[in-house]
Amino acid sequence: MEAATVPAPPTSPRDSVSSWPLRDRVGYYACWAAGLTLIAVAGAIVLYMAFRGAQYFDLGMFVESPNAALDQSQSGGFRDPLIGTALLLVLSTAIAAPLGVTIAVWLTEYGRPSGLARTVESAVEVVAGTPSIVLAMFGLVFFQQQWISFLTFSSEGSNVVLGRSFIAAAAMMSLIALPLVVGATREALNAIPGHVREASYALGKTKAATIRRVLLPAARPGIGTGTALGMGRVAGDTAIVVVLLGAVMQINNGAGGSVFGLFRGLGSTLTSYVYYNSPAGEGLAPEKAYFAAFVLLLLVIVLNFVVTRIARGREQPWTR
Amino acid sequence: MDALRPPEAPREEQDVVLGPPPPVRRIVVDGTPTVVAPPAANGHSAPLAPGAIGLAAPVRRPQPSPGPKVERMRTESVTISYGEKVAVDGVSLPVRQGEVLALIGPSGCGKTTLLRSLNRLVEITPTAARAGRITLDGEDIDRMEVTALRRRVSMVFQQPNPFPMSVFDNVAYALREQGSRRPGKEALYNHVGDALVRAGLWDEVGATLDHPALRLSGGQQQRLCIARALAARPEVLLLDEPCSALDPRSTQVIEELILKLREEVAVVIVTHNMQQALRIADHVGFMYLGELVEYGPAEQVFGSPREERTREYVGGAFG
Repeated sequence: MEAATVPAPPTSPRDSVSSWPLRDRVGYYACWAAGLTLIAVAGAIVLYMAFRGAQYFDLGMFVESPNAALDQSQSGGFRDPLIGTALLLVLSTAIAAPLGVTIAVWLTEYGRPSGLARTVESAVEVVAGTPSIVLAMFGLVFFQQQWISFLTFSSEGSNVVLGRSFIAAAAMMSLIALPLVVGATREALNAIPGHVREASYALGKTKAATIRRVLLPAARPGIGTGTALGMGRVAGDTAIVVVLLGAVMQINNGAGGSVFGLFRGLGSTLTSYVYYNSPAGEGLAPEKAYFAAFVLLLLVIVLNFVVTRIARGREQPWTR
Repeated sequence: MDALRPPEAPREEQDVVLGPPPPVRRIVVDGTPTVVAPPAANGHSAPLAPGAIGLAAPVRRPQPSPGPKVERMRTESVTISYGEKVAVDGVSLPVRQGEVLALIGPSGCGKTTLLRSLNRLVEITPTAARAGRITLDGEDIDRMEVTALRRRVSMVFQQPNPFPMSVFDNVAYALREQGSRRPGKEALYNHVGDALVRAGLWDEVGATLDHPALRLSGGQQQRLCIARALAARPEVLLLDEPCSALDPRSTQVIEELILKLREEVAVVIVTHNMQQALRIADHVGFMYLGELVEYGPAEQVFGSPREERTREYVGGAFG
């Protein structure tokens, strides 16, 4: 057999870790330790929350509204916070996704004048770096202006503008998601080779038609990834909910029973529910807080799973 | 030893005569490399006139197109520069329907730039500037609307680049007008089918028009790009090294296709493959450092080049 005639490669003395210099060995084991520690931490969080969540598992929690009661058996479930989270996700995504895609398209496909493009890039970075509590404070000041009072909650017969509503919270939440949408979309657009754009121009198409019919469909996985990442961040934020949504126990419809009234209303999300029910807040229903936290964790894990799935079908079909 | 020994004569008579033995290049120190053409094998006519150089194997030459030769485009002293760098320098060329024009030359000689000027695609490069006149059917292309020009002068690129949509939508892409009033599928179906037949792809994809185009093989993708370029019934088809990313079999299919297409459209092909130029071109333009060094019928450019630089290039001396 031919394979037998091939001599085995000589073993290098460096093949065994124990023979490495001390410095290399320390670095090698540090890498292992770092990876294993992270696995341990992530595993501990998920397992602990799963354990506590399962302990207080109660399907009724999903359909009962929370109540103000010292007795835990009377304090209800987290129906309203769940609806609040969903509503905030929908509203903020509806703002962040189109805005983010538009900004990314302008930056990658036009970007002139370049000074303006650089300023827009910096602005996106500033928004990305702003802590959500700062966004919340700014949002409160902004939405307390009289001329946009129709967007926020007001109690009947009162002229006081509280500056709080689902709309106000979603507007500020969208700023959290926006940089992620912009970043992922730009990356996807930049990954499309120039000759694909040129192929469209060479067929007598304008730049606008090329963007709409070729580039955006090709960038769809990137847009999806950025949007799902942004939704994960929105679902997990607390500061904006507490400041701009009121974090009230039950959804408080702003003006009558209309959908717009709901948008003007106050509410809470799973994050604020967990906060107020855990020992960190008022601590009246820690078991329910654990279960809600587990549901929230699952939601974010599912969103991240969606991101991975989208990204997997994302290899570039074209060569450069 | 300053010369290589020629290959020994075949020990036994072969059933299939593949052609004359490969040429022998004499390596002379401090001299211009020359290649000696092998004598034509008995019973086989030499592919080119005596003095042909640079050919490792005989190349099948296409029959001239029976149809009339109509001049569709003409460049007059076209000069294109990118900033300070002059990429194309005073090139004047006719582009005729009924024949294939091949632009050859070493990398960076300006052949692709010249090709891209014919449908004004060079304008996309911000630093590019052009002088000279280019006409399509006598009309200055600078006076035409650029989208209208590009429908009449279509282009296929080096890398297959179908759009991320179905086979049908790819071909229909050029046919669909911009704006709200878009023709339905039924109205387009005949045109799409026709373009796919002309590109020789119908038999392979006719039953699966709704499949994603990016699932096709590389050769099929490139023929789809040709079908896409043909769909709007252009008068001129520009091909920028269309086979360089493809395997030999797909290359052969596309070359046969190009020879068929030259009857109905004027074909300009940029290629760095001289064998390919010889296989499909009726006229050849050899470019070097932005200049059109030599232009003429393929037999003449390859067989008895007038210019020393052409002789060296087709002889494989540089590039």
